[in-house]
Amino acid sequence: MSDDKPPIDPDADPYWAGVAAGELRYRRCKSCGAAIFFPRSICPKCGAPDPVWAVSSGTGIVYACTTVHRAPHAFADRVPYTIVLVDLEEGFRMMGGVIANGRGDDDISVGDRVIVTFKDGPEGRPVPYFEPA
Amino acid sequence: MSLKKACAIAGVAESRLGIVSDSTVLTLQAEAFAAALADAGLEKSDVDGLLVSGAWGRLPQLQIAEYLGIQPTYADSTSVGGASFEFHLGHVAAAIQAGLCKVAVILYGSTQRSKRDKYIFQIRSDLGYQYEAPYGLPTPVGAYALAASRHFAEYGTTSEQLADLAVATREWARLNPKAYRREPLTRDEVLKSGLIASPLHRLDCCLFTDGGGAVVVVSPDIAKTLDKPPVWLLGQGESHSHAQISEMPDLTITPAAQSGKRAFAMAGVTHDQVNVAEIYDSFTITVLLTLESLGFCKPGEGGAFLEGGRTGPGGEFPLNTNGGGLSYCHPGQYGVFLIIEAVRQLRGECEVRQVADAVIALISGTGGVLSSNATCILGLE
Repeated sequence: MSDDKPPIDPDADPYWAGVAAGELRYRRCKSCGAAIFFPRSICPKCGAPDPVWAVSSGTGIVYACTTVHRAPHAFADRVPYTIVLVDLEEGFRMMGGVIANGRGDDDISVGDRVIVTFKDGPEGRPVPYFEPA
Repeated sequence: MSLKKACAIAGVAESRLGIVSDSTVLTLQAEAFAAALADAGLEKSDVDGLLVSGAWGRLPQLQIAEYLGIQPTYADSTSVGGASFEFHLGHVAAAIQAGLCKVAVILYGSTQRSKRDKYIFQIRSDLGYQYEAPYGLPTPVGAYALAASRHFAEYGTTSEQLADLAVATREWARLNPKAYRREPLTRDEVLKSGLIASPLHRLDCCLFTDGGGAVVVVSPDIAKTLDKPPVWLLGQGESHSHAQISEMPDLTITPAAQSGKRAFAMAGVTHDQVNVAEIYDSFTITVLLTLESLGFCKPGEGGAFLEGGRTGPGGEFPLNTNGGGLSYCHPGQYGVFLIIEAVRQLRGECEVRQVADAVIALISGTGGVLSSNATCILGLE
């Protein structure tokens, strides 16, 4: 995938360009087929170089979740908020925020089906969040 | 190859613990260093190996050796979080076996409480961390909360079961004059202490204190010349599997599964021969997962294992007999204190909290976000 700017972090820049375009990108190993996240220049399963970029459907199952009540300083005005680890259907796992429904600890549960959406993070740029599918 | 009885622990000591305002990270380590050498009956001039961990300086290994006035010929700054010192014990055993040193000190200190050392709170947002940083997961507690949520969902583990560990550990702390929290604690108080990151409550979390600790490790020939009985390293194993929680392969299985297997095999010891266990309790869930990964119970049975105070004084499974990171002290990287307590139990120096006839002790250190683990098995013979 081509981006306008020369990469400063060649692992991450195409990923964030995808997020800015409303796509959840990951990489896939050309050799063993493993889905790779976070994106990196080699396959952490078999060691093969140059995995290809791919676009996820953004749907997955909640693997673990926590609702934060005591937050790091920069997030203190947001409590309570929920963070999940999601197993995406393409076979990789990632962390995400959860679009709050105001129920705090009951926002989402392990095993729930979710879909990615994008929401502005603390630095003002969009980051992946999840909501019930 | 084996490290069995390649070295012995000859001296252990803490510095002042708790809130030690009139100290620096150097003075606390100097206190522990001198006290551990005195405990061993050795001199500073005997020390030829130094192993340190911590993020308190630019090059901590160099800074503390300079301060102490020693010039070691064997150095190891393996720094993998709170488990570093259990890694060190294996590394120094190999070094002693190879003849690279004879008297080594494993050393740690922190003034995180009184100095509010900022370095430990810096949240990284570059490289691999940029995929977690935007969400505000409090580190490390949020990562452990994620692991707990998975174990609860997969096996039906409950907050009550975790609370029982906090209570049993407090019962040990009540028998230790050096413990920071010594007032009685009930299951209900743990459950009502307020959620930090669900399902973990404030009293599922370790203390936040100052403190330093030192362990003197010697060659077998030197061990036999000293007054106190040597405490032998019988087996050690180590492993690390990830840096960030989203990269942990299975949130219910820690690298203790690998490290424990190697340590038990090396020691030639079975689980039921372990008389006392010192298992890193950064959070209650850390202990539960470690017990399962080490094979003291089956996957999913950790909750039942901890229920009803089985690990407290007089219980079937004496665990964290100094009061642990939960109630005794926790100055950032707690692993050195696991070794100190195990050695004191085996020497029979623990007075009212002494486990009767303890001859085999197991230590398990965990670091990062369930990232690193080393298991050490110690014995009197």
